Amino acid sequence: MDRRQFLFTAATAALAAPALSFSGKLFAAPATTPRFLLVFLRGGYDCNNLLVPYSSDFYYQSRPTLAIAKPDPNNPNSAIALDGNWGLNPVLRDSIYPLWQRKQIAFVPFAGTDDMSRSHFETQDNIESGEPSNQRNDYRSGFMARLSGAMTTVPSIAFTDALPLSFQGSKRDIPNISLRGVGKPAFDERQSAILSGMYQGTALAAAASDGLDLRQRVSKELQDEMMKANRGAPTAKNFADETQRIATLMRDQYRLGFVDVGGWDTHVNQGNTTGQLANNLSNLGQGLAAYANALGDEWNNTIVVVVSEFGRTFRENGNKGTDHGHGTVYWVLGGKVNGGRIAGEQVAVNQQSLLQNRDYPVLTNYRDMLGGLLARTWGLSGSQLQSVFPGAKPRDLQLV
Amino acid sequence: MEIPTARRSAYVWLAFALTCVAATPALAREETLSQDDIAWLRRDSFDLNSATVARYRELGRSRFLDEQLTDRGTDNLPPEITQLLGSYEVNSTPNDEMLVRLQEEQQKIKDMPDGDAKNDARKFQQQHANDLLQQSQETVMLRAVYGSNQLKEQMVWFWLNHFSVYGAKGRVRWVVSDYAQNTIRAHALGKFRDLVMATLESPAMLEFLDNAQNAKGHVNENYARELMELHTLGVHGGYTQQDVQQLALILTGAGIVPPKRGGEPPKLNPQMQPLYIRQGAFEFNPARHDFSDKTLLGQTIKGSGFKEIEQAVDLITRQPACAQFVSRKLAEYFVADQPPQTLIDKMARTFRRSDGDIGKVLRTLFESKELLASRGKKFKDPTQFVVSSVRLAYDGKPLVNAKPLLNWLNQLGEPAFGRLTPDGWPLDSVGWSSSGQMSKRFEIARAIGTGDNRLFTPEGSPKVGAGFPMLTTRLFYDAIEPNLSAATRDALGKAASQQEWNTFLLSSPDFNFR
Repeated sequence: MDRRQFLFTAATAALAAPALSFSGKLFAAPATTPRFLLVFLRGGYDCNNLLVPYSSDFYYQSRPTLAIAKPDPNNPNSAIALDGNWGLNPVLRDSIYPLWQRKQIAFVPFAGTDDMSRSHFETQDNIESGEPSNQRNDYRSGFMARLSGAMTTVPSIAFTDALPLSFQGSKRDIPNISLRGVGKPAFDERQSAILSGMYQGTALAAAASDGLDLRQRVSKELQDEMMKANRGAPTAKNFADETQRIATLMRDQYRLGFVDVGGWDTHVNQGNTTGQLANNLSNLGQGLAAYANALGDEWNNTIVVVVSEFGRTFRENGNKGTDHGHGTVYWVLGGKVNGGRIAGEQVAVNQQSLLQNRDYPVLTNYRDMLGGLLARTWGLSGSQLQSVFPGAKPRDLQLV
Repeated sequence: MEIPTARRSAYVWLAFALTCVAATPALAREETLSQDDIAWLRRDSFDLNSATVARYRELGRSRFLDEQLTDRGTDNLPPEITQLLGSYEVNSTPNDEMLVRLQEEQQKIKDMPDGDAKNDARKFQQQHANDLLQQSQETVMLRAVYGSNQLKEQMVWFWLNHFSVYGAKGRVRWVVSDYAQNTIRAHALGKFRDLVMATLESPAMLEFLDNAQNAKGHVNENYARELMELHTLGVHGGYTQQDVQQLALILTGAGIVPPKRGGEPPKLNPQMQPLYIRQGAFEFNPARHDFSDKTLLGQTIKGSGFKEIEQAVDLITRQPACAQFVSRKLAEYFVADQPPQTLIDKMARTFRRSDGDIGKVLRTLFESKELLASRGKKFKDPTQFVVSSVRLAYDGKPLVNAKPLLNWLNQLGEPAFGRLTPDGWPLDSVGWSSSGQMSKRFEIARAIGTGDNRLFTPEGSPKVGAGFPMLTTRLFYDAIEPNLSAATRDALGKAASQQEWNTFLLSSPDFNFR
């Protein structure tokens, strides 16, 4: 399908959709619709110290100070063996490893994009746009916005301060709200009506009225939740606090969500089982485990995918850190995920298989992988998938 | 239809306002400014206040712009604000001294035996670091609100964002206020090449993008890449991975004076000694430099030491791609999310003809027809919204506590020195005009408009109601009211109190677009 046709389809889909506000009852998600949360690690996390290729001597030669020791029952700081080749960073022992044992998480190594710039921003935008890098022609359209346009039964939300590119360019307003803090709403109904009235007929009309409306409802619901859980703190202390709130909203109302976590750009002193990267991984792992836990039975009807713009250099640099690379490792989690395995195409980890003698090659393109996964999750048709990921060849990695 | 009554009550408020607000500066000439004048001035400044309008009336547009661009270095502030900023450690201590203090603090902690005292000292140091960052953020914000040269204040924000550094990384907090003041502000309207060199030699940038670590045999290409991608050429500016690696070699040895050396130069052999350079906390250490010959953007750069860096920056900043890239970003900030190519080309021509004279490029922009053609269509980013709200609401009255400004920008997700990644905050409206952003913005408009804030309450003192500001002023009736949309007039007419009226005005599309 060509682009013009896609835009036409998107436009008619939007016209066919009911009154364009997510806030009405129109948008109550069918209880059975699966949930999808995308977690974006901004900064290019070091996947080689998350999923340790412990059977590779080359890994230990390449990382004299950063390597994580081979699995060893007597060493708590050694990698946790996942299979004969791969081990998990032990900082995830209590959060992510239990999910692995329950076969509720799969890792997809050698994953990433066709963008070779090794620029954070270029590559993040490339992923969020969902278009092939050599044919990007709409710089203000994100794949999650198009997905949300194709699936009107999938109410969408970004748990961020500002709307990420992934959700930009949608025909209807996609709300964003940061759950790091939650206070009481500031305006009553009369004031809200006057405020949104000023924006009637402007490009920001939906944003203004939906924003006021969402604030009212979210604080009501989360107030209840926080009271129930005896956690009346308006400000989230860590990612796990935030993910529990995300779970509350995803459980009842939303089906497509986005959250990002920064701080992964470890050029200097990144550490291995302690230090910057370990702290970040630990925070992330606890957040994901808390999310699974908070969803209860609905975890079985939920998928979480963790991505990052790229991996890092396979060898450590001169500052005990790593530089921008290419292929990375994606995580796929959920109660019914076909997990407990390392999925997708793989190669032996040695110097010959590195891309440009520097970093992991990409054997699984994120667009193909997400396309295949979403097709199975929501039963998207071929043409719907093409509208979300133009030109992609959806690959079913049997993740669900 | 209650509009007439509401109108009348607005005049009642006005009468009240004029009796109890400090006298606004006398207006030189009593003629009403044209719509063009107002539109131009709203872009040239962080939006209107009485003093800005009065000065514009006095000089007229062309002399007003001359005064701003000739920039005699008088960034006038109210004395109370000058005094407040002067009391901050970050503004009264040179960079190298700050880094020595930090080093001593850390050494002291290291030497302590494990236990409660050590933990307390660690906590204290963490607190100290946070205080320094907060002082630095307050300094930037207060200058933006009160600075007399508003175009320059916008340029300071723009360049701080263009050469963005993240405050919470490493030692950045200790040197970031100096960065804002002596690196960015000092070159904000000068030559672009000098600005690039100044950022290259600044401890804040050396620390943030790791070039302080970049040395022969320990090459770190982080800064080299961002210098071309984000600061000068743009990602499609025609450089390759090879160029990044070569530039990284050129930049080896440019770093921060190790505070441990107590100000002594490093021990160097006699050949190397004359090649050592030191400037404040910056040093070029030839012993850490790779002296091989390099090829950058197709040009050979012979291994010579610090001169290579100057040659590289000259070469990069003279590329046509650099003129385009910088012009486009400026136009995106001041004119439109998708600025007209005709304008960018005009600015890029000025950039190249004047060898990167920022003031001349800005003159091209501010004298362009494209600027006025886009009036009312540029959505303010969070910083512009917060600064302009305080400027309009308090009209030059010196606040005593800048902490609320920082809180508001944190809530809107655009704190100064808070961008984790080196690309700076986006300059277009897409990310700032989503539903979550809008509702947050209305709440902040309310906090300012109702006086329900601590701007006039010193930190730590029990809350005293400072009362609410008066926005129904002569400035409003002269410069804002004539151009209001019908929907906004209607909303203001429904306001049940002055506080609510203020809130609606600051929330209105008329105020949030410029």
